[in-house]
Amino acid sequence: MPGDGIQERVTPAKPRLTREQIAQRTALELPDGGYVNLGWGIPNLIADYLPKEITVYFHSENGILGMGRRARPGEEDFDQVDAMKIPVTLIPGASFFHQADAHLMSRGGHLDVAVLGGFQVSEKGDLSNWKIPGAKGSGGIGGAMDIAAGAKTLIVCMEHTTKDGAPKIVKQCTYPLTALTCVDTIVTDLAVIDVKPEGLILREVARGWTAEEVQELTGAPLIAGQRIPEMSFA
Amino acid sequence: MKQKLYATLDQAVADIPDGAQIMFGGFGGAGFPNNLIQALARKGTRNITAISNNCGTREGELGLMFKNNQIKHVIASFPGPHANYFQERFAAKEVTLELVPQGILCERMRAAGAGLQGFYTTVGVGTEVAEGKEERFLEGQRCILEMPIHADYALIKAHKADELGNLTYRLAARNFNPIMAMAAKTTIAEVEEIVPVGTINPEHVMTPAIFVHRLVQAKGLRYAG
Repeated sequence: MPGDGIQERVTPAKPRLTREQIAQRTALELPDGGYVNLGWGIPNLIADYLPKEITVYFHSENGILGMGRRARPGEEDFDQVDAMKIPVTLIPGASFFHQADAHLMSRGGHLDVAVLGGFQVSEKGDLSNWKIPGAKGSGGIGGAMDIAAGAKTLIVCMEHTTKDGAPKIVKQCTYPLTALTCVDTIVTDLAVIDVKPEGLILREVARGWTAEEVQELTGAPLIAGQRIPEMSFA
Repeated sequence: MKQKLYATLDQAVADIPDGAQIMFGGFGGAGFPNNLIQALARKGTRNITAISNNCGTREGELGLMFKNNQIKHVIASFPGPHANYFQERFAAKEVTLELVPQGILCERMRAAGAGLQGFYTTVGVGTEVAEGKEERFLEGQRCILEMPIHADYALIKAHKADELGNLTYRLAARNFNPIMAMAAKTTIAEVEEIVPVGTINPEHVMTPAIFVHRLVQAKGLRYAG
């Protein structure tokens, strides 16, 4: 039966990375001087883990380039919020512009990297991240489709499996799609995986995990070399 | 010369008829024309088609108009986690929704303002958004045709205006406001401060007066959450 192998090989206690560690690992993918958009969920934690020696110009879809840390109590200005409505600070060299220009920057390929959360990523790099089938209410797309379709490099941060243990990296997305063939790299609580024309390349695995164990929890074939390095955080 | 300055919020929205198609600026609690929305709620215009990024924050922003059942159709990108009055009406089928990717929402409005009859984009290809839309292969990529979104009125919020209607915005409260100002037949701006013509440096004008038809001064209102 499918799933039997998982129970035998992977004990429930085997630790995976935390959401913060996924963010910390992903921060290392960002280029010095780069223009970067961070989406909701785990990506929103990444700014806290940026290596001190690099500067990144964070982009917000409501028209900010050069967002700094979140505003502290007493320094909030509610006309200066990020895409999650949270008051933010600016770094030197920041700018404001309107929403059409903000999305033009992502769609037009001007942003270096975008990092989004995900419900499913397919082996071709299709992304589903805006609606869970059967969820109550209207759902909402926001900026996800523009950003996914247009970013030069798209990284998806997510847990490797659902709460029920089902793979989130799949042969074909079954959730409503955000964009086709858009994902370049997936960072999960178990692995770093690159989406290439030849397939999903397993680049790194979390400490204590083998390539075989990660494959067991992945719904599409992984291409793994002889020795897969451990996920690094510095 | 045509007088754009209105003495009260109620006068500024007094002629908006039932069935009007109206754009509402604002994002993330910033740049919402909340005073004009309240005036439109007092007026009681119904069967509105609303174009807005989101669908209100509880009773704030567009929430009030959904609470009052004034909106029959909404074109939005992200109704939002606190749009409870919208969600109730939507579940009861009292309001219909067209979900549009946020940047495409901007560009469809901009096309209307720019006199363009639509455009092709890769955004939304292969998703629910593409259903029923013409698809073409352009520059090596699958694309869908998106059509302009026009409006009878745009209700917007700016920081400062001169008496001609040249506008400036504050920080990230600019968001959708300049785009909507260009797309509507009649743009009504609520502003914190109105200054004499000539006192805004022409280099600092963000929305030129040609796009603004009515001005009313009101202290900005913000809804928490």
